Amino acid sequence: MRYRLDYLEELESEAIYIIREAYAQFERPCILFSGGKDSITLCHLAAKAFAPAKIPFTLVHIDTGHNFLETLQYRDELVSRMSATLVVGSVEQSIREGKVAEEKGLYASRNRAQTTTLLETLEMYGFDAALGGGRRDEEKARAKERVFSHRDEFGQWDPKNQRPELWDIYNGRKHAGEHFRIFPISNWTELDIWMYIRKEGIPLPSLYFSHQRSCIRRGNTILANSEFVKLQEKDEVMDLQIRFRTIGDLTITGAIISSASNVDEVIDEVILSRQTERGMRADDLRSEASMEDRKREGYF
Amino acid sequence: MQQQTMSEIKTILRFITAGSVDDGKSTLIGRLFYDADFIPEDQLEALRSASERKGLQATDLSLYTDGLRDERIQGITIDVAYRYFSTKNRKFIIADTPGHIQYTRNMVTAASSANLAIILIDARKGVTEQTRRHSYIASLLRINHVIVCINKMDLVEYNETRFQEIVKDYMDFASKMDIADIQCIPVSAIHGDNIVKRSDRMLWYQGATLLYTLENIHVVNDTNHLDLRIPVQTIIRSPEFPDFRGYAGKIVSGVLRVGDELTVLPSGLSSRVVGIDTPSGKVVEAFAPQTICISLDQDIDISRGDMLVRQQNLPEVTQEIDAMVCWFGISALKVGNKYILRHTTKEVKAIIKDLVYKVNLADLKREHEVSGFNTNDIGKIKLRVTSPVMCEPYRINMATGSFILIDEGTNHTVAAGIIV
Ligand SMILES: Nc1nc2c(ncn2[C@@H]2O[C@H](COP(=O)(O)OP(=O)(O)O)[C@@H](O)[C@H]2O)c(=O)[nH]1
Repeated sequence: MRYRLDYLEELESEAIYIIREAYAQFERPCILFSGGKDSITLCHLAAKAFAPAKIPFTLVHIDTGHNFLETLQYRDELVSRMSATLVVGSVEQSIREGKVAEEKGLYASRNRAQTTTLLETLEMYGFDAALGGGRRDEEKARAKERVFSHRDEFGQWDPKNQRPELWDIYNGRKHAGEHFRIFPISNWTELDIWMYIRKEGIPLPSLYFSHQRSCIRRGNTILANSEFVKLQEKDEVMDLQIRFRTIGDLTITGAIISSASNVDEVIDEVILSRQTERGMRADDLRSEASMEDRKREGYF
Repeated sequence: MQQQTMSEIKTILRFITAGSVDDGKSTLIGRLFYDADFIPEDQLEALRSASERKGLQATDLSLYTDGLRDERIQGITIDVAYRYFSTKNRKFIIADTPGHIQYTRNMVTAASSANLAIILIDARKGVTEQTRRHSYIASLLRINHVIVCINKMDLVEYNETRFQEIVKDYMDFASKMDIADIQCIPVSAIHGDNIVKRSDRMLWYQGATLLYTLENIHVVNDTNHLDLRIPVQTIIRSPEFPDFRGYAGKIVSGVLRVGDELTVLPSGLSSRVVGIDTPSGKVVEAFAPQTICISLDQDIDISRGDMLVRQQNLPEVTQEIDAMVCWFGISALKVGNKYILRHTTKEVKAIIKDLVYKVNLADLKREHEVSGFNTNDIGKIKLRVTSPVMCEPYRINMATGSFILIDEGTNHTVAAGIIV
């Protein structure tokens, strides 16, 4: 008999250990819930980490006001299923209160504005640690972020001055006003997430599976057609059979043409696919360093 | 599920790459990903356009692992970047570490979670001070497997004699260290020889390619399954289940069974295990590195930082620690300095009693006349902690043999410690 864990069990165990460390080391930790599969997986892991007790984390949703209906429905169902507490930070409200300006121009989005609302929400509720579903394989800047990632009193990340992270000993010590971002699934890839979702039978928003939708074709990008997206001159509106690989703000989340209608088919597609998930996000395409710039300011 | 044979389950292999600046680490990883078809199309496109902007003709594969903006501008790698790829039987986690002297701390950091190290040597330069330094760190952190890639073979006419010369040099010096398994591969990262595809320019080399070696290397199970150690992370209670009281933590070593009599350290109280919850449900037996939640037959006083063990197999409970440390701090480590020491899930205060010696990383000799350790120094110290820690030597148990030191003023992690 061999005592060995397979890779998904090892990743799961690692994540649960980190989630429990976050709980034990901080006074008011929360989970940043985006409605996407990574934060859904994170919630699932957090529930396991404290079963049979309820999850000891408030869920925080930073709402750009440009949501898929499915995301909000799913969110509310999840909150009631987990008997969790939900806090919504509204970007719309931050804009109305003049705390951040609405972006103008052709590629205007509320992506960057989210940072202001996020930091304000954390401060308002006194959260000193925010668990997120960020993964290192998503993007270059994320590839070197720590699991326990320090933020100064302005919420900023200093990528050149990160604390070394040794073994599984996490240092969450901080001064008043500072906080931590914690990434329990740092070492998971997109495929790992899907394999785990299949193994655990985690329900997902229908957006992740193939469906017919009125879409806007803009160059290589396919966006959902909605009141929030301003049509541009060369845009084409058409019905397409699509699914989403990531779910975020409706105005920047690109869809892919797909007939994958269940988890098995999605897994086959992910294995074959030659594009990274974030490759479809307009926010990252702006410049090579854009994710890093946003992260320095305090973005997710 | 947990009792399948090794070939049936997909496991994780964590490795690091180390070498001096310009030995070709970034190119090697880029080549590995490129030839094995692990680079997604859009990232490849980004690589091509970045190479073009730099006025290069061929795609510069080294750009693939260069992450942050400053590094891209300076053209060097300055921190630890993580990469992932997967083959049928293994998921690989790579920590890409820099070669600069001042970044020893990053190599130590990356090495602390690796089971294998790839060490690069430039075939023209042979074994250098950096090679020795990196190999020493790998052995200090007990990385049991080292693959030495002798790179830029194209610049020495793919010459076998040169390769053998370097192998002999390396083996001569490595024999003084504690590395279980060393394999040497002649490669050319830039042209792809022996990375994923066998080289037809080095037919004299009979061994395997780098990728094949990574996929098939038999990783001795580094996990200690003999000595049961469970540092308690937190206690789980719930108003809905008033009778439930679970002790949550990770089995860092050993095997735990329902019915076991556990001793709590440092209190010495004991109680019997009546239930074990794992992420996959209730079990009668659990093992390292599973995270678990334990129910005991009696309520006894247990809190975070305590350790659950078996009475007949105890770790040392001590306030005096001898350790090798790698110093990361900006200001020097000196006798009399006080720090916070974090060991497993426990935090105590520590005072430095003695600096025994410093290792000269150039020749690996011990220097006994030391007044302080500066950033990136490695050496042996003695320290005393305010309350007992449950520990044992790192070579017997990595989890109970490791700690970090934290500066109380800045909260920075200033040292990695290895108990001897
Ligand atoms: N001729 C030759 N040049 C190489 C080889 N591998 C890397 N280089 C070059 O050596 C330089 C340093 O490589 P890089 O991967 O950036 O090194 P790093 O600093 O170790 O990451 C670059 O100019 C590479 O093109 C090789 O196998 N042969």
